[in-house]
Amino acid sequence: MEFPTDLKYTNNDEWVRVEGDIATVGITDYAQDQLSDLVFVEVTAEVGEKLERDATVAEVESVKAAAFIYMPVAGTIIETNVELYDEPEIINADPYGAAWMFKFEIANPVELDELLDATAYEKYCQEREH
Amino acid sequence: MTEPLVYEISSPGRHALRMPEVDVPKAPLPEGLIREDLPLPELSEIDVVRHFVRLSQLNHGVDTGFYPLGSCTMKYNPKLNEDTARLPGFAFTHPLQDPETAQGTLALMYSLQEWLSEIGGFAAVSLQPAAGAHGELTGILIIRAYHKDRGDEKRTKILVPDSAHGTNPATTTMSGMEVIEIPSDERGNIDLDSLRGHCDESVAGLMLTNPNTLGLFEEQVREVIELIHGCGGLIYGDGANMNALLGVVRPGDLGFDVLQYNLHKTFSTPHGGGGPGSGPVGVAEHLVDFLPTPLVDVVEEGDEVLPPLYGFVTPKKSIGRVKSFHGHFGVAVKAYTYLRLLGKKGLREVADFSVLNANYLRVRMRDVYHIPYDRVCMHEFVAEGRWEDAPDIHALDIAKRLMDYGFHPPTNYFPLIVREALMIEPTETESLETLDAFVKAMLEIAEQARSDPELLKTAPHKTTFGRMDEVKAARQLVLCCWPVERDES
Amino acid sequence: MAYVPHTESDRRAMLAEIGLERMDDLYDAIPKEVRFPDLDLPDPISEMEITREMLTLSEANLEVQHVPCFLGAGAYNHFIPSIIDHILLRNEFYTAYTPYQPEISQGTLQAIFEYQSLMCNLTGMEVSNASHYDGATALAEAVILALNQHRGKRHKVLLSPTIHPHYRQVVRTYTQGMGLTIVGDESLDTSSAMLAEMIDGETTLVAVQYPDFLGRIEDLSSLGEAANKAGALFCVVVNPLALGLLRPPSEFGADIVVGDGQPLGIPLSYGGPYVGIFTTRQQYVRKMSGRLVGETVDSRGQRGYVLTLTPREQHIRRDKATSNICTNQGLMALATAVYLSIVGKQGLREVAELCYHKAHYAAEKIDALDHYSLWHRGPFFHEFVVSCPKPVAEINNQLLDYDILGGYDLGQEYPALADHMLIAVTEIISKEDINDLVTVLEEVSHD
Repeated sequence: MEFPTDLKYTNNDEWVRVEGDIATVGITDYAQDQLSDLVFVEVTAEVGEKLERDATVAEVESVKAAAFIYMPVAGTIIETNVELYDEPEIINADPYGAAWMFKFEIANPVELDELLDATAYEKYCQEREH
Repeated sequence: MTEPLVYEISSPGRHALRMPEVDVPKAPLPEGLIREDLPLPELSEIDVVRHFVRLSQLNHGVDTGFYPLGSCTMKYNPKLNEDTARLPGFAFTHPLQDPETAQGTLALMYSLQEWLSEIGGFAAVSLQPAAGAHGELTGILIIRAYHKDRGDEKRTKILVPDSAHGTNPATTTMSGMEVIEIPSDERGNIDLDSLRGHCDESVAGLMLTNPNTLGLFEEQVREVIELIHGCGGLIYGDGANMNALLGVVRPGDLGFDVLQYNLHKTFSTPHGGGGPGSGPVGVAEHLVDFLPTPLVDVVEEGDEVLPPLYGFVTPKKSIGRVKSFHGHFGVAVKAYTYLRLLGKKGLREVADFSVLNANYLRVRMRDVYHIPYDRVCMHEFVAEGRWEDAPDIHALDIAKRLMDYGFHPPTNYFPLIVREALMIEPTETESLETLDAFVKAMLEIAEQARSDPELLKTAPHKTTFGRMDEVKAARQLVLCCWPVERDES
Repeated sequence: MAYVPHTESDRRAMLAEIGLERMDDLYDAIPKEVRFPDLDLPDPISEMEITREMLTLSEANLEVQHVPCFLGAGAYNHFIPSIIDHILLRNEFYTAYTPYQPEISQGTLQAIFEYQSLMCNLTGMEVSNASHYDGATALAEAVILALNQHRGKRHKVLLSPTIHPHYRQVVRTYTQGMGLTIVGDESLDTSSAMLAEMIDGETTLVAVQYPDFLGRIEDLSSLGEAANKAGALFCVVVNPLALGLLRPPSEFGADIVVGDGQPLGIPLSYGGPYVGIFTTRQQYVRKMSGRLVGETVDSRGQRGYVLTLTPREQHIRRDKATSNICTNQGLMALATAVYLSIVGKQGLREVAELCYHKAHYAAEKIDALDHYSLWHRGPFFHEFVVSCPKPVAEINNQLLDYDILGGYDLGQEYPALADHMLIAVTEIISKEDINDLVTVLEEVSHD
């Protein structure tokens, strides 16, 4: 299980890569492992849409579960990864790379401080194993 | 052996059923409205019979073997029920014919309404809902309408325990209300402190399954109901687990305001491979006016000579119609037949022996399978399908291996609050011999999990089909087949 | 003990194993003051006695095998080939549960897959679910699909006034907490052209019935086009048997086709159980509620079938599911699959044509009577409206004296159609039956 240290995390199992005022979001290695084989992805938010923190942005499905991906902090959607629609298995293969789901412009950078770092997130995952 | 699809055995020009000639002058067909092609299969009668008989042989049913599928009450389906439902006077009555010409069906529906009311401790019952989930929707809409009628518009929340069937939260969403999930405590009951924290004037009601999905009777049911009633909410009872309560306790006496019965569980009507069910709803006095329309009632009292005249009535503040016509009458006939045969005495025996059977299995299995809430259960119990010393084995593997012994597996992965759950409901119609054979298989499988885990991981071995590739099914999405193109040359 | 196999010694041995003394000890968790109520229920009777009692009860009903039935209005008395009930009585089909364990449920799974395929081919659509409760609830589910497709941003539903009244009532019941505006069915005069005018950017779904509740058929292409143009979904409620003859709604641009499968081999049974057909386009498959069977392979490389896309459903998605449906109408879906297989390509067309011709013969004969006339002159399938010289209930009572089950009294649901009867003619009705009806109608018009 990987927990890259250059990323931030949410307790809804999203990872967030911050580059300037742009954030990229996907689901973590732990999440893809729990969901098992992904069969469907849809980013339901539209480019240009301004969303609050915790607003629903995307949906994924495996054969046995469904999960929603939420905004880690408030912002405006600038790009979505439609490549995933045809090949949802990318999420299982490369969760932190090719399987990014959407990018957004961060509205209020202060909110980022409330996200988890890799160590805290790893601990949070371990706790749920028991 | 796989069976070809109907379209694959079709042959152009072949046909089975001969219809009579048109005995009236033919009318011109309307222009522009006639279809060009009708892509249906072309088969002979024996093709069709063999095809569907072969398909049936690929199924496991209650009549083929033990079916301890938790929360589904897979009891024996009496053959008598099938016969009575097919009596011409029931099977060939039109739902819209004058009620005066359908007094037999109405009398039956009326008696069933009355009996179900008595069994559940309610003031009235509607036979309209088509299934358990449909009954839930009906009940929750009744609760919503009740508050609205009192001008109590701010009640928008339905509390749902985390052990509930998925239909409970889904029903709440459909009704336009909001779901608040309530955790369970360490004894498998609703966590009272958490519940208390949510009890305020925004609560429309609580959906309570009792016995709950762990098979346990809610020990503090009185306190739970008082809390909800105390804050002005109502109690919806999910009656999926009524089997254990027949003649033992009436939900209405406990303070439940609404409850759906599952005729296809408790009252022995068959599941039909997924339906049809029937989900009548019972309500306490203060909710009678909100029941869906129509209800059967006596419209003219009888006397010594004349029987009463039955008819349909619409409750004053009815939530409306939930289904076309009058519910699943054909299913109601089967439940009526069953209740008539059992009577009051037989009903209590259903509860007694379903509970006895479940507890017997629980006690026989408990040394080998961890039972997280191990106390006297009702009609079912939940075991864990995992062991520390067999780390690769999951509940699913145990379930699949059971098929090699000729048993249908228990429900697995539900309820969600137990890891690797195996939910076991033997029902009252299974004998001690069957239960012992099942225990023997379960104990053997537990041994194999350590000695030969591959045997479980690759099970089933003795069935016609092995494990299905569900990922492929979901990714490629082949959801129907089309007529097979044939080379005409 | 009825259906309980335990002997007294079994019972004692089991209690001892559990460590309890008496059966009553099993119920210690239940509050004492309400335990073991004295139920006011009848005493048990034997199978022999029930058989007699049920026969008597059933014979108190008028049943359509003994009288010609001109009553339809959403439930039709068609011929049911023998083979259907023989298949439905296969124990492995009717005593099975929902096929959650595919290795030992391939019979049910493949049968549902075939049902889905037959319904797609019949309606011209791309995907079908494994069934809803009936036509009415299928229409309500179509509304919910549309709402989800528009992500709750459109709130108006247009219903044609000639959709079955029960269906429209059920849509209103289902959606009463969803904050919708349901319009279009206020006046019987609202034509499909007028409905098309009412479509706007708020409209999520437009629904019509074909043949409509009054039996009429028309080309719905322009309505479909109008809906499509406005981004609304277009739903057609069908009588599946009529599709043996008529153009499928896919040719009118339908996004969703729903209907009741009862005419396809299911007995009237006083209104149920029937089966709700629901087919749609591939693009909406994930928004469609209800079970769905898909093809795959097993570990041995054999073709097989499984329930698929289950994360849409309530047992996984819980409060995020779009519908709570769980139990559906599996066995009834099987009945329709057997029916369509046994009548086949040629037979369904024949049945539909028989209905069509007989209905037109009846309509012409009745129209020729002095005091009766056809209310509508355009194309119809097997049901038509007759304007009568006196209340329909009165006529029906008199018809009963001649052992004829008359048509539906439209005044009950449409005030504008008081004294109008909706007459259905199926293939079961003979020319003599029709002639008898015409004679009696003529006779009773004089009183």
